Amino acid sequence: MISLAGRDILHSWGKFVLTGFGLGLLIGVTFTMAGVYRGMVDDAKVLLNNSGADLWVVQKDTLGPYAESSSIPDDLYRGILGLSGVAQAANVTYLTMQVRRGNADVRAMVVGFEPGQPGEPGYLVAGRRITRSHYEAVADVKTHFALGDLIRIRRHDYTVVGLTQRMVSSGGDPMVFIPLKDAQEAQFLKDNDAIVNSRARTAVNPALNRPGVPGLLDAISASQTSNHNVNAVLVRVADGHAAEAVAQDIRRWKHLQAYTREQMEDLLIAKLIATASKQIGMFLMILTVVSAAIVAFIIYTMTLGKIREIAVLKLIGTQNRTIAGMILQQALGLGLVGFVVGKIAASIWAPAFPKYVLLEPADAVAGFVIVMIVCVLASTLAIRAALKVDPGTAIGG
Amino acid sequence: MTISFMKIHLALTRKVWFAVFGVALLLAFGWVATTSGPLAPIKVIVTQVVKGEVAPALFGIGTVEAQRAYLIGPLVAGRVKRVLVDVGDTVKAGQLLAEMDPVDLDKRVASTAAAVARGRSAVAAAEAQVSDAKSHREFASVEAVRALELGRSGANSQSEVDGKVQLRQSADAQLAAAEAGLAAARRDLSRLEADLGGAEQQREILRLSAPVDGVVTARDAEPGSTVVAGQAVLQLMDPASVWVTVRLDQGRSAGLRVGLSADITLRSDSRKPFAGKVARVEPISDSVTEERVAKVAFEHLPPDASVGEMADVTLRLPTVGDALIVPNASVRHRGVQVGVWVRAEGKLRFAPVKTGAEGLDGTTQILEGLRVGEEVIVYSERDLKDDSRIKVVTSLGGNEK
Repeated sequence: MISLAGRDILHSWGKFVLTGFGLGLLIGVTFTMAGVYRGMVDDAKVLLNNSGADLWVVQKDTLGPYAESSSIPDDLYRGILGLSGVAQAANVTYLTMQVRRGNADVRAMVVGFEPGQPGEPGYLVAGRRITRSHYEAVADVKTHFALGDLIRIRRHDYTVVGLTQRMVSSGGDPMVFIPLKDAQEAQFLKDNDAIVNSRARTAVNPALNRPGVPGLLDAISASQTSNHNVNAVLVRVADGHAAEAVAQDIRRWKHLQAYTREQMEDLLIAKLIATASKQIGMFLMILTVVSAAIVAFIIYTMTLGKIREIAVLKLIGTQNRTIAGMILQQALGLGLVGFVVGKIAASIWAPAFPKYVLLEPADAVAGFVIVMIVCVLASTLAIRAALKVDPGTAIGG
Repeated sequence: MTISFMKIHLALTRKVWFAVFGVALLLAFGWVATTSGPLAPIKVIVTQVVKGEVAPALFGIGTVEAQRAYLIGPLVAGRVKRVLVDVGDTVKAGQLLAEMDPVDLDKRVASTAAAVARGRSAVAAAEAQVSDAKSHREFASVEAVRALELGRSGANSQSEVDGKVQLRQSADAQLAAAEAGLAAARRDLSRLEADLGGAEQQREILRLSAPVDGVVTARDAEPGSTVVAGQAVLQLMDPASVWVTVRLDQGRSAGLRVGLSADITLRSDSRKPFAGKVARVEPISDSVTEERVAKVAFEHLPPDASVGEMADVTLRLPTVGDALIVPNASVRHRGVQVGVWVRAEGKLRFAPVKTGAEGLDGTTQILEGLRVGEEVIVYSERDLKDDSRIKVVTSLGGNEK
């Protein structure tokens, strides 16, 4: 049997392809929006994965270190190392700031880590790991820093010695890894003017600058500029121990808050990026509805454009089933072309986005099913119009 | 005939074009689905385990300090009278630098000196008394002898004789008393002289002088200000004793010992490193900052090093030769295990390793776990797992400068 749909598509294939292409771009935008949402969630998860920790130990009664600020003394990790079930524990600091290179600056999350401990970047894409204990940095490629670049964090210059990929904060800011001690200093060190002012302020305080106690002022000034705090302690749990059990020990005996991987993920996704992801989700829903409506209208107008030909078919006695099949096949064909073009387009432009866009195969499958269902629903509208056509219009009109 | 042929030809072309479009679309789709997104293989860069040498080094930061610094201040609380030198002045050992206000100390010296003079007069008086007593005694003695002789001849009465003898005894006693008085006056004088010496010394310690040749580094008190005992009025340092106090992370300080050669880079001039040597490793390390402390001496003193300046110090350890080496980027952590991803027969395997020395350039010595010629993953786009599909490439987009 001759395929009516195929003949018709071939007859005006340019129009068909162009329509499919346009539809595809629209579907591509929808896929991208879904990818943006998935990317946001993935940014949060990748932050947790990259830290390589099983437990996050933070200041009591805070949701730190990502969702809230947390500050704990840097010698607490020793006590945590002594608990049973703890294999590794390491200090870590996080600070989102502008990192300068030359005259330009990049928004980045500066991570202070200890080499060989949790918190270290797991893999590199170029360069080497940090070998000096000061003034070297590993940066995410999204910062657009190159190996050998000198970047400035507060008052020190750091040499970029390694590059890594997909190391981002939950907000999508690329990470810059520097040694812990430098990071502690960077986090709490004020600028020189502020230090000088603060010294002067201390010096005029008669309680702190006593004539009978030489050296007191110096000691106070020194203690004001030194810092022994970190944001969190990352803990790796030894094999055969439950993370939650270790976390309970820490909460109970160390008077600190400890989060397991699941709790942390919940914190990040349910609290930190909740509003932003709902915003994207809302937009995604509207975009899906709009795309469905446009697909429906395109198929409907395509059918209306062929109303005379359909009348001729009816006049020569073509069955209603055949006509309906033709319209349905065309609609599905259009959907298929649109889906394929959309998927390709989304994949091509996704890497160009400044934040991560994650196109999941499962989303693509779901998208395909939705596109097909929308096409079927849209074609019913067109089929109804086609079947109502009076064969007389073929001669009359 | 011709027209129908042309129609067929046209129809064929349309079909062909449409087919080409369809195939191109499908190919593009297939390419996109397999090269991007989570299903794509992870791009990696591999390298081979080779034999070579590792030049390990330690890196620390420190501050330029003077080994010998002096705080010059008074022994007792007081008011500064004058300060003769200023910051930057070169001073010689023994040079007067500053003076404290003596307040009433000069008066006390004068009073003690007067007391000494009076003591001397007292001694002179006592000496005169002694000579007086002596002459009395001699006269009494002569009288007594004469009386005794006359008494024996009977010219004198016994009572007269006894009287003269008694006078002699009395003169003896008076002499003894005068001598004792002289001794007391002399002791009194030496006490007063000692008092004077003490007062003068007290006066002397108010004059602050340089203990060594050096440079004045701080002038902490101005004339008129009051300082407590021990508080510095001036600070001195010996410029020849300038060295660098270096702090090294305890975890990265293995091999630190006296005599290691060092490159010292001062923050004021980072282009020109100075040669140095570890002069001392402090036996006590900082338990709060978890750092070890070492002193590094300059081989040639930098002409304008300022004390307190920050310095980067790289200490070179002996080179480890003939070692299995890999780049440190290939060393990964899986849980608490340290290892390297090895590619053998197209499959990935996580090989736990033991690492040894590490050079500042990132070369890492492998003590066990790998063999020469094995292919290891250096860089990867993502974290690797045992079943990861990988694709070996030569660059991952990290552009070198």
